[in-house]
This record gives sequence, C-alpha cells and structure tokens, in this order.
Amino acid sequence: MSTPAISVGSAPFAQTRHARKKQRAEFVARCFFGAMAGAMVIPLLLIVGYVVIKGAPAMSWEFFTANPRRGGAAGGIWPALVGTLYLIVISLCISAPIGVLAAVYLNEYAKENWFTRIVNLAVVNLAGVPSIVHGLFGLGAFVYAMHFGKSVLSAALTLSIMTLPVIIASTKEALAAVPLSFREACWNVGATRWQTIRRIVLPNSISGILTGVILQVSRTAGETAPVMLTGVATFKAIEGSGLFLYNPFSEQCMALSMHLFYIRTQASGVKEELSFAIAATLLGVVLLVNVTAILFRLFLRSRKKW
Amino acid sequence: MELLIKLCGLSAIVFVFGIFFFVLREGLPMLPRLTPGNFLFNFEWDPSASGSPKFGVGALLIGSVSVTVLAMVIAVPFGLGAAVFVSEFCSRKTKETLKIVIELLAAIPSVVWGFIGMSVLGPVITTVFHVPLGSNMFNGAVLLALMSVPIIVSIGEDSLKAVPDSYREAALALGATRWQTVYRVLLPAAKNGLLAAVLLGVGRAVGETMAVLMATGHSARIPHSIFDPVQTLTATIAAELGEARQGSDHYQVLFVIGVLLFAITFVVNLSADLVVKGIRKKSS
Repeated sequence: MSTPAISVGSAPFAQTRHARKKQRAEFVARCFFGAMAGAMVIPLLLIVGYVVIKGAPAMSWEFFTANPRRGGAAGGIWPALVGTLYLIVISLCISAPIGVLAAVYLNEYAKENWFTRIVNLAVVNLAGVPSIVHGLFGLGAFVYAMHFGKSVLSAALTLSIMTLPVIIASTKEALAAVPLSFREACWNVGATRWQTIRRIVLPNSISGILTGVILQVSRTAGETAPVMLTGVATFKAIEGSGLFLYNPFSEQCMALSMHLFYIRTQASGVKEELSFAIAATLLGVVLLVNVTAILFRLFLRSRKKW
Repeated sequence: MELLIKLCGLSAIVFVFGIFFFVLREGLPMLPRLTPGNFLFNFEWDPSASGSPKFGVGALLIGSVSVTVLAMVIAVPFGLGAAVFVSEFCSRKTKETLKIVIELLAAIPSVVWGFIGMSVLGPVITTVFHVPLGSNMFNGAVLLALMSVPIIVSIGEDSLKAVPDSYREAALALGATRWQTVYRVLLPAAKNGLLAAVLLGVGRAVGETMAVLMATGHSARIPHSIFDPVQTLTATIAAELGEARQGSDHYQVLFVIGVLLFAITFVVNLSADLVVKGIRKKSS
C-alpha cells in the first residue's frame, strides 16, 4: 500500500497555485468519469428509442396474432410469441428448482473447503461457457444421444442448463441476506437444518429468489444461438387453437429471437419496418421483464424489516 | 430432501463436465487428423470442399482475437471509468439510476445487438468512415464493447467497493482530493478486482455469437484494417452447423472448434476467479 504523497500548501488560508491545480484536476477527473458513465446511458436510450420508432408503424393487432406469410415477409409473429413462451415455461420448470436447491446447498450446507470451491468454480464456468457451445452440447446430448430429436424439449433443456447460473447466483445472494441470527434462533429451539431452511430461510428470501427467476425469464427469451441448433425452426405456423399449440416432445417451435435473426439475414423481400417491429417486440419483452424485476427489488428493499 | 439438495448442488459440476464430454464426443473422430500445423496455424478454412477439405482455423482465431481486442480497447476505458464514477464520484441517487441503466444494457439480447449492428450501426459506419461495407470488424467490436461494458462496470465497482473505507479516510485526512484518492490509493488497492472485471469482459466478448455473426461481415480472411470483415470461431459454428451433415468431417470439426472455445473461456474464467481469490486471501 503506497501512501499518497501530497504536500499541503504553505499558506494556510490563501489559495496557493498548488491547491488551484489540485482543484482543477479534480474537476477534470469528475467530468471525465462522468462522461464515461454518461456514455452508457446514451446508447441505451438511442437504441430503444430508434428501434421502437422505426418499428411502430408495422405493429398492429394482426402483427401479434397472425401466422407469418410469404416466408415471413408478411403476416405476424404469433407462432414465435407462443414458442418463446413455451421455451420459457418449460426451461423454468426444470432449472428453477434445481437452481434454488443448488443455491441452498452452497449457502446453507456446504462447508468452506476445496470441494465447495470447485462447485463454485463450476457455477462460474457454466456461466462463462459461450452460448453457441451450449447449443453444441444440447445438439450432442439431447438431440442425438438421448434421442429427443430437434424439439421444444431439447431446446428448453439446453436453455435451462444455460440459465442455471443466473438463478443460482441470485438465490445465493438472497439466502445470504437472511441474518444468521434468524437461523440460530431456530436451531436453538431444536429445529433441524432442513426445518430451519424450510420455515425460516426460504420464506424470508422468497422475494429475492423470485427476482432471480424473473431475470432468468428475460435471459431465456433473448437467447438465440443455443436454440437454433436444438429445436427452434425458422418457420412453423400454428393452425389450431387451444392450450397446447405445440407438442413439446415431438415438434419444433418458432422463437422470437430466432425469428428476428431469420427475418433480418435470410428472408428476402422483408420490409424494414417489419424487422424493426420484431426487434422492438423482443426488446420490449426483455426490458419489461427486467424493469419488473428492478421494481420488485426496490419495493422489497423499501419494506425490508431487518 | 437433504440428499436431493446435495445432488442439485453438484449439478453445476455435472453439467460443466457434461458439456465438455458431449461436445468432445461429437468431435472426437476428427481429433487424430488435426495437428497444430493444419488446424491452429493454417489459414485456409474450406471444410466442405470435396477432394481436399481445409480445416485451418487460423483465420477464425485471428478474427475472434482481433475483434475481442478492439472491443476491449473501447470497453475497458469506458467500463473502468464508469465504475470509478459510479463508485466514487456520484451521489446515491445518480448511482442507483446508473446501475439500473447498466442492468438494462446488460439485458439486451445478443440477437438484438446484431440487428442493431446490421440495421443502424452499419449504415452509420459506411457514411462516417467512407468504407464500402458496414458489416466489419469495427462494427462487431463496438457491439461487443457495449455488451461487455456492463460486466466490467459491475465487477469493477464491486472491487472498488471492497476497498476498506479506512483507506479513503486516510487519504482524505492527508488532504487528498477525490481524484488523488482514486488515482493513488483506490486503483492500486483494487487492481486485481479490476483485472478480473476486464477478464470477465474478455470472456463475454470471445463467447458472443449472434452479434458477431450478424455484424462482422463473416468472411474467413485475415483482416488488414479494422474496417475489413472478419469471421469468428463462434459465428462459424452458428452459420455452418445447419448445413453440415451429422457425422461428416465438417460437422466434427465444428465440434472441435466448440471444444477449443470451451477451453479458451474456461481458462479466461479460471484466471479471473484466481485473481479475485488471490486478493481475498491477502486481505483476510
């Protein structure tokens, strides 16, 4: 630790040249760093604003509720919306329980040793694996080795493994925020470790866990690379109506993210507004979900009792 | 129940090994035929050519590295600068707002970034720099920079926050200004954490797929300027796996690239983790 070498000006009350220089440096630094931070606000506003304005003319009731026609050049995005919803629901059902329990293990049971260290390292690395490699894994493991074929199920399984670190990290944080004294009080009245978790720790951290689940939804909705290899089709119309529009075990589905990629890069004769409208929809879904998570978190922080 | 919890706790390890195993398994038959000479240091990529297919990923590797380096040249000053501002210079309210902005920026899906690169940034680049193609290395690097800045800011801010307040108080008591405190005290004290932040940003940029697939022009040649199109490892897999027949040489070599990517990000993440753990040990 190097100590800062600063000489204080000789005259105690007059502003010396040195002090003025110091103040100027301070001002410049503040402006400079402020500009760096401001530089992040601008692209966000610019991007969201521009995409929404360019896409708004193409948004209509038909856009959201009709099947695409002419290879996506006309019609709507209804099957893509449904497909994305399917992927979210199925992958959440798999990864949320596993992720929450894994976080419970890491925060409540695991001791401080090399093994726990490795588990934590695995979580970090799982989060760092590139999305396309997750796609390759899904293709090799679920589509071919387990014979699920290219289906909604394979894609959802791939997504659930990919988003597992999100839920583990946020749940761990929520569990760690429950004060140790709560647990100690419970142990003192003779409760077992699991009873304490079930009755005290989980109820007190449920809101933090839910925030993690919400963030997981946003992540799932936006991913493209892993699902394009494992079960998302570029075009698949929905004919019937009813609760089960896709059969998750045998059928492929469309997804909003993949649809945007397809429309922008492969489809021909697509009007610009249409691709902007799809981008705006995806952006809207993801940002709304995230804003919900943020508001939820702020609300909880305001009424936190400890 | 406790057994179930323990099993779930182990799931992350199982999945990491599972990913490595299944990706390697598909690419395994190809491995004996690849040598550093004809794979890593060969710049000809034409894996589906009949007769003598070429499996040189050299150009793709250079593509990935160059676009990542350029992205970091843009992202690191902005990311660390913003981290310093958020952590040291601004009021509580500004801080909260900026953190929300960063979170939203991080939430934008990569396919949307790719779309923005193609539809918005590309035309801007062609008119401003007078280059023929808007989809090029620079375009991809700007997108990757915007995508990795949120990670750099949040990890960087965490590591600045981890510097004990007594350091700040000591510096202020000596008459140092905020800037002097940051420059002489906080940055040296937090340098490992800041390094880890940069490494995690690199990991994010190397592994990014859709944005670079859409915005870098996708052409497997060695770039000569930052406005040349490049092709990255990730984008190659995404673009070509659809047309490669299962079990063919092309298919297998794409899985080998997957193993290579897995290894690269594994090393980057591991070193970030070790750097962070290093400081924790020293300070405790």
